[in-house]
Amino acid sequence: MLSAGAKEKIQRIIARYPVKRSALLPVLFVVQEELGYLPDEALHEVARWLDLTFLDVETVVSFYTMFHRRPIGRYHIQVCRNVSCYLCGGDAIREHLERRLGIRPGETTPDGRFTLSEVECIGACSWAPAMQINFTFYHHLTPERVDEILASLP
Amino acid sequence: MEKVRVLSARFDLPDSHTIEVYLRTGGYQALRKALAEMTPEAVIEEVKRSALRGRGGAGFSTGMKWSFVPKDSSKPKYVIANADESEPGTCKDRVLMEKDPHAVIEGILLAAYAVQAHLAFIYIRGEYWYLKERLEYAIEEARAHGFVGANILGSGFSCDIIVHPGAGAYICGEETALMESLEGKRGYPRIKPPFPAVVGLYGCPTVINNVETLASVPPIILNGGDWFRRLGTEKSGGTRLFAVSGHVARPGVYELPMGYSMKRMIEEDCGGIRGGKRLKAVIPGGSSAPILTAEEVEQCTLDFESLLALKSMLGSGAIIVMDEDTDIAQVVYRITKFYEHESCGWCVPCREGTRWMRKLLERLLRGEGRPKDVDLLYELARNIFGTTHCPLGDAAAWAVYPAIEKFRADFEKYVRAAAVSVSAEPSDVPGARRLLVV
Ligand SMILES: Cc1cc2nc3c(=O)[nH]c(=O)nc-3n(C[C@H](O)[C@H](O)[C@H](O)COP(=O)(O)O)c2cc1C
Ligand code: SF4
Repeated sequence: MLSAGAKEKIQRIIARYPVKRSALLPVLFVVQEELGYLPDEALHEVARWLDLTFLDVETVVSFYTMFHRRPIGRYHIQVCRNVSCYLCGGDAIREHLERRLGIRPGETTPDGRFTLSEVECIGACSWAPAMQINFTFYHHLTPERVDEILASLP
Repeated sequence: MEKVRVLSARFDLPDSHTIEVYLRTGGYQALRKALAEMTPEAVIEEVKRSALRGRGGAGFSTGMKWSFVPKDSSKPKYVIANADESEPGTCKDRVLMEKDPHAVIEGILLAAYAVQAHLAFIYIRGEYWYLKERLEYAIEEARAHGFVGANILGSGFSCDIIVHPGAGAYICGEETALMESLEGKRGYPRIKPPFPAVVGLYGCPTVINNVETLASVPPIILNGGDWFRRLGTEKSGGTRLFAVSGHVARPGVYELPMGYSMKRMIEEDCGGIRGGKRLKAVIPGGSSAPILTAEEVEQCTLDFESLLALKSMLGSGAIIVMDEDTDIAQVVYRITKFYEHESCGWCVPCREGTRWMRKLLERLLRGEGRPKDVDLLYELARNIFGTTHCPLGDAAAWAVYPAIEKFRADFEKYVRAAAVSVSAEPSDVPGARRLLVV
């Protein structure tokens, strides 16, 4: 299910920790990077590597918002809804994204290109309003900037 | 007060994150000094003398915390740098790790030497992935120079550092929830005591500090605790990074001495309220800190004592500034929604209380509030306060009831609006309003 490279990376991660189970979150990130999400089969495999049960892994996965149990769009747009962004016009950015993409937060465009999420504070408060697309930060957003950013994505 | 740059000294240098620049500007000299000339106890004493207090939220004395680690324990000891930075309004650790990762690493190594830990972790929120990579790269640079790993600088002291990603859960910034998370579990807070200094990660003595706290340690060791303390106030030593956001002309991350005037910071350093408007309110320490009125801001200085006297707190040093047009009910709604979302669900007052508060606020903001709703919201927040398993519940309550005390009109106006719309509503819409009962 995983490439040899990913498996090797996972073994390296596990070897670093004094207690195997500690490797769980970083290992899940490697799996998610490779597959785009975390299907049941992957959780079974992770459980085997770390001497855990499927349930051990599943309860952890469901606790953290950055793990996805279903495929999401190629670009995950995460727009901040918390107080500093709100004060600087974050709502207008979210509404603009909804209009441009034709989807609401939590939805994915039919072509699988974009998933839109509203998220809590991403640590960009002094440069609000802000969003992340996958792991990249975008600051000082305006509707025009958002259009430019979307157009620049490969 | 004099503005000295201690933590931000390297921020404007090109390539400030590289080990070359760090070494050229006095980097790793404190580690050298400690390993060659100081006992672990002497390091702790110097940090105590500096009056350095935690930059993560609670403001506990750092030297004191380190001295609680038992010296005679046969168990391994650990150091954790808390880089979870998720408190709304807070973005200063991000700048610090981006611009000066080696200062964080050197601080971690000094803490590890002080408590004789041989393994340290940086728990960083997953959203900061680029910083995880930057820190990992910096650790390898430091290793290549003999600052990290076995037998550091030939001293016989060894310490390694692992950068560990969080995965999107605010509660994992709470120190014991963080340890659960680092152990590969759900991030549920533990009961204290025992405190982490005695029973922490893997049940072993653990020092956990915010990354900014740790980055303050190298200059303390290099220049002395007295020097650092004198930069700030008697009880709040040193300088601090303040993340300013909201309606100021120049939001940003500012390094200022503890005890600096909040008003001066807003007016001079941040260029005043944008658009020439008037100040209405400030949330002074991240979303968990009770809100201040413009009058309170007049007398407020940026130190732990002043905020305590105003029944608020300096928390994570995030200053959220709001102008006269701000609707405080809307602000409180955002913050309440955040706590509802981030409640780990372990205890009832927090899990159910935040949900109920959010629903009440939604009803008010929709213009469907009932005359008693503001009082109900107030009582609810008072009842959450002090009844929860961890401080997240208190924080959620603190975001609400002081705001009602100080800005009641902002909430009441929705009730009045509702009273008008109720009388205009046809009475034969069956159950239309009942659907929204909380
Ligand atoms: C809900 C909650 C979230 C917290 N989040 C953070 C955080 O993101 N970063 C941090 O350094 N401390 C955070 N803290 C404070 C930590 O529990 C702990 O006090 C701190 O890491 C200790 O370091 P310090 O003494 O250097 O401040 C949080 C506390 C609570 C209750
Ligand atoms: S107060 Fe909230 S976050 Fe803390 S343990 Fe209770 S439910 Fe969890």
